[in-house]
Amino acid sequence: VTGATGTTGTTGTTGATMISAINRALHDAMAEDPSIVVLGEDVGHLGGVFRATEGLQDRFGEDRCFDTPLAESAIVGLSVGLAIQGRRPVAEIQFDAFSFPAFEQIVNHLAKYRNRTRGRVGLPVVIRLPYGGGIGAIELHSDSPEAYFVHTPGLTVVAPATVADAYSLLRASLRHPDPVIFLEPKSRYRHRDPVALPVVTEPLGKAVVRRAGSDCTVVTYGPSLHLVLDAAAIAATEGHSVEVVDLRTLMPLDEETVLESVARTGRCVVVHEAPLTLGVGAEVAARVNEALFDRLLAPVLRVTGYDTPYPPARIERQWLPDAERVLDAVYRTLTYPPRHSGSR
Amino acid sequence: VPFGDLGDLVVDPIQFVDADGHEVGTTRMLPVMADDEALRLHRLLVVTRALDQEFVRLQRQGALGVYAPCAGQEGAQVGTAAALAPTDWIVPSYRELGCAVVRGITPAEMVPTWRGTWFTDIDVRRHRFLPISVPVGTSGLHAAGIALGLKLDGANGDPSGTDAVDGASEPAVVATYFGDGATSEGDVHEAFNVASVFHVPCIFVIQNNGWAISTPSRRQYAGPTLAHRSIGYGMPGWRVDGNDVLACWWTMGQAVARARAGGGPVLLELLTYRMGPHTTSDDPSRYRSAGDEAFWAKTDPIARYRTFLERRGVLTAERAAEHAAAAAGAADSLRAAALAAADPSPLEVFDHVYASAPPSFAAQRAQMTAELAAWRDAEVKP
Repeated sequence: VTGATGTTGTTGTTGATMISAINRALHDAMAEDPSIVVLGEDVGHLGGVFRATEGLQDRFGEDRCFDTPLAESAIVGLSVGLAIQGRRPVAEIQFDAFSFPAFEQIVNHLAKYRNRTRGRVGLPVVIRLPYGGGIGAIELHSDSPEAYFVHTPGLTVVAPATVADAYSLLRASLRHPDPVIFLEPKSRYRHRDPVALPVVTEPLGKAVVRRAGSDCTVVTYGPSLHLVLDAAAIAATEGHSVEVVDLRTLMPLDEETVLESVARTGRCVVVHEAPLTLGVGAEVAARVNEALFDRLLAPVLRVTGYDTPYPPARIERQWLPDAERVLDAVYRTLTYPPRHSGSR
Repeated sequence: VPFGDLGDLVVDPIQFVDADGHEVGTTRMLPVMADDEALRLHRLLVVTRALDQEFVRLQRQGALGVYAPCAGQEGAQVGTAAALAPTDWIVPSYRELGCAVVRGITPAEMVPTWRGTWFTDIDVRRHRFLPISVPVGTSGLHAAGIALGLKLDGANGDPSGTDAVDGASEPAVVATYFGDGATSEGDVHEAFNVASVFHVPCIFVIQNNGWAISTPSRRQYAGPTLAHRSIGYGMPGWRVDGNDVLACWWTMGQAVARARAGGGPVLLELLTYRMGPHTTSDDPSRYRSAGDEAFWAKTDPIARYRTFLERRGVLTAERAAEHAAAAAGAADSLRAAALAAADPSPLEVFDHVYASAPPSFAAQRAQMTAELAAWRDAEVKP
């Protein structure tokens, strides 16, 4: 078990916030690698609308960190060209749903370039994408678009949940030879963990067990980790031992860590904010079924957002998965089959 | 003529040689071009035409899956690309055979795209020639991105080292090619805009060939010309007779000089005509008249240029024969390359998706390997 941070983190000024970890990772990487350039809307003088790029332009100059016109397709298209020419661009797309204007550049070009050129030209581009809800935002500022990118061959999709991982996995992404969609859970930006930066960089593609348990495995990532840890803590007080797996990278999926856990517990629940249908939970459930059908004590359940557009701010709390919804699913797997199943 | 003299907007197409091969105006108004360069262009033009025709024949004979002919646009492509240095980048759309010929890309390198053995097999960074872009209008942004990188190199040195290897002594520029149809795509607008805002050395070469498959150019834009668009972006826009090789070469030279000197992007609108179908799958008789095609056949860029060079005594019968032999040789090597092109192993689909294959590829690769073995075993042996 590594990096377990409790459920709500610490308050006060010790440790570091996720946004400061992202900012520190960019500073440290740019100091080491002169080919890194940061581009996007308002990333320069302002330091980004979330301040993730604060201080980069002052320290590294306008040629290393610069504002683009308000055009997401251009931000990604320019990044493709910059990478072909030899640079390592870090593109900030301001909010999740604003990645959609850039979708063609991401899917048809960024993701496919290495394959199109028969391996000759890989594009080491990192697209930083603040995503997810829970911040009381206006429409199209709370989406969870990860499934689109996971479904696109050629992309590596990274989804840190903790402050240490935000630093560590961004540094790893900035050394990766292929394009990375780096998903930042914006509801956790101001969350503070008791860590001292910099932390040791961990490899992409490795999940981690955040809490050991023996009765049920809950697989999650990003903005949902903290509520799953809350649910596991509550379950423990009621005598149930819940293991929590943080995927950390969604593509490639660390199947080994997930299967090893579920093989021991015999039960699996997957939790994410994104809608239910064809979400990451569907893929995890399919792989668990394919590998462990005869070891499962209950069907794999999913706890997710609903198959609706993300709701308006005043009712997002009721829409989003919370610890209660996770606990309900965990208990349904623990009590499977239901007592009155004969009447079904 | 220094480039500054062209001004911000040229609406009357720049033309030095008319459709009959006669100079427009007086001889003193012709641009200066060395005879060797004039002959080089002629050679490239006839090689391009011969390759284009051979590509179509090979497709009709079943050796290629599909092909997008460039017939009629050789002058626009060869004329402009010949004004670039080998260290400049070319970002094509999908019909720029003439640019590829100028860049020295071999028939063997061109075949995979059209035969379907791979999407491209060109050594992109060595040739500084990007793969064709099947999504229309999207590659202009890649050109702007490369140009932005070149500009940053000029300001900061070259962190990647990619420009040092070829010993370029002057700043490189980027030329990107697309058609009138592509100008309706949003990405083309974004490319015009970012290239202008960042003031990068990028030349947008629009080949206005009259047709986007069956849609005539009058259904693509309502402004007076495509060159007019440049005004709104803050870059010059120059219209050129795209079937006058000399005009394409000279005007591109002005644009390149301007971009190389730090003058920022330029938009060129080359008026030309797609003499053939959109691709070998298209039937243009369904949407345009034989009269139209006959009219444009008289403006053939190669015939016009040949007449001009012959009239001026530059192209002798002996040289013309040399060029014809070179063209026939190129067509022969294309045919040989097309017929010799081996299919890749189906397992290659797993090789280039990522630098390192994800764990899930192991089982999928094993599955395909087993399927291939079963196919092989099921084949009826003679």
